[in-house]
Amino acid sequence: MDKKKDILSLDEFSVEQINEFLIQTESFAEILKRDIKKVPALRGKTIINLFFEPSTRTKVSFEIAAKRLSADLINFNTSSSSLRKGESEIDTIKTINSMENDLIIIRHSDSGYINYFAKNVPVPVVNAGDGKHEHPTQALLDLYTIYKNFTNLKDLKIAIIGDILNSRVARSDIKLFNKMGMDVKVVAPSMLMPEDFSSFKTKFANNIDEVISDADVLYMLRMQFERQERKFYPSIKEYNKFLSLDMARFNLMKKDAILMHPGPVNRGIEISGEVMDIETLNKDKIKINAQISNGVAVRMALLYYALS
Amino acid sequence: MREKATVLNSDDIERIIKRISHEIIERNKGSENIIFIGIQKRGVPLAKRIKENIESLYSSEIKLGKLDISFYRDDINEKIKSDVNITEIPFEIKGKDIILVDDVLFTGRTIRAAMDAIMDFGRPKSIQLVVLIDRGHRELPIRADYVGKNLPTSLNEFVEVKLNETDNEDKVSICWI
Repeated sequence: MDKKKDILSLDEFSVEQINEFLIQTESFAEILKRDIKKVPALRGKTIINLFFEPSTRTKVSFEIAAKRLSADLINFNTSSSSLRKGESEIDTIKTINSMENDLIIIRHSDSGYINYFAKNVPVPVVNAGDGKHEHPTQALLDLYTIYKNFTNLKDLKIAIIGDILNSRVARSDIKLFNKMGMDVKVVAPSMLMPEDFSSFKTKFANNIDEVISDADVLYMLRMQFERQERKFYPSIKEYNKFLSLDMARFNLMKKDAILMHPGPVNRGIEISGEVMDIETLNKDKIKINAQISNGVAVRMALLYYALS
Repeated sequence: MREKATVLNSDDIERIIKRISHEIIERNKGSENIIFIGIQKRGVPLAKRIKENIESLYSSEIKLGKLDISFYRDDINEKIKSDVNITEIPFEIKGKDIILVDDVLFTGRTIRAAMDAIMDFGRPKSIQLVVLIDRGHRELPIRADYVGKNLPTSLNEFVEVKLNETDNEDKVSICWI
């Protein structure tokens, strides 16, 4: 039997594979534009959505992706599951193995748990985010969104701004963007930078004004208050002064530059309410909703790949 | 794979395109209600050639769509094809006479999948099938309306179609597997 196709990290994929994947994703995006947005490609396949950590958009995105391809998706709600009743994690895995399924999508708050999980189940496993570690499907949908706006990815200037320390999106994005030959610059105050930052091999700035008029892509990260055990930043006012995107800064962006955010946005912190409110009028520039719709196409392509 | 014999050369293919163009017009009493859909990959350039030929004969304009049937295959548990081509049918097909074009008609399963896919886009008035080669061995009750060449084959033979647009030459040959 062939090796099962887990998608745990994008490190395992070559540049050629990623380029090929971006092209293939177009075919899945096309399905979403049809009147009948459903094809029978994965009919009869059962997919389990196993979220040990709260999530709305990623969970729903996978759910829509599976349904567009006619797979049966079952949500395994861990807040009401046996884990809460004292079942050990290895026994939960055994339970899930005993239910007939073809693929498992999993999110967990412990970095690395998903790799352990994948070794113990016989079906492909897709990482939907583990702790502060990786979020490969988010990185791919971010790359796809950029690819849709700029034909040539190489040497494109990307600024990733905000809470790098607590962000698995930042980790996965930086690795993927570097791999694709893009010019990545990270903007964050020192206390929101991880200690092992030098391993990222990227340039660094403290202030959004250093990158605003030069970047092709402005990627704002979410302040992850839920992961911050202590206060990392003196005040919101201070954050606004050095890191937030308000109307004045928005107007300084390059003509063809785009604005991205993995969502959900903390209005008034990363991006001002004013800028958020003009998205529908500025679809060429503000890509936050485009990221969400692209996410469905990317996840369809991934599910199809993992089951082929 | 070893080539056994050349079945059609470039001139033969050109003559077939011309003949089928006329047959389509004859049967549909003109070109007003027809649209072409080519099955990826080689059905697309074939459809384009027939369409352009009809357009030049009747100075009309005919729509052309592309269809990839990977998502509609019935052998999903045996093998899902991992490379998917683009599907592009950016126009209304309801009430139209669809001329579906493929290079080789074999088991009929591709055509079954293509018809399912088309039905997801709307309800056409009719679907008519054009194939360059009919090699027999049908597994479903499907037949072509317009056939370039009937080519009886054995199951251990393979029909290789090459077209300028995809392979830099126009040639159909029969090969040993």
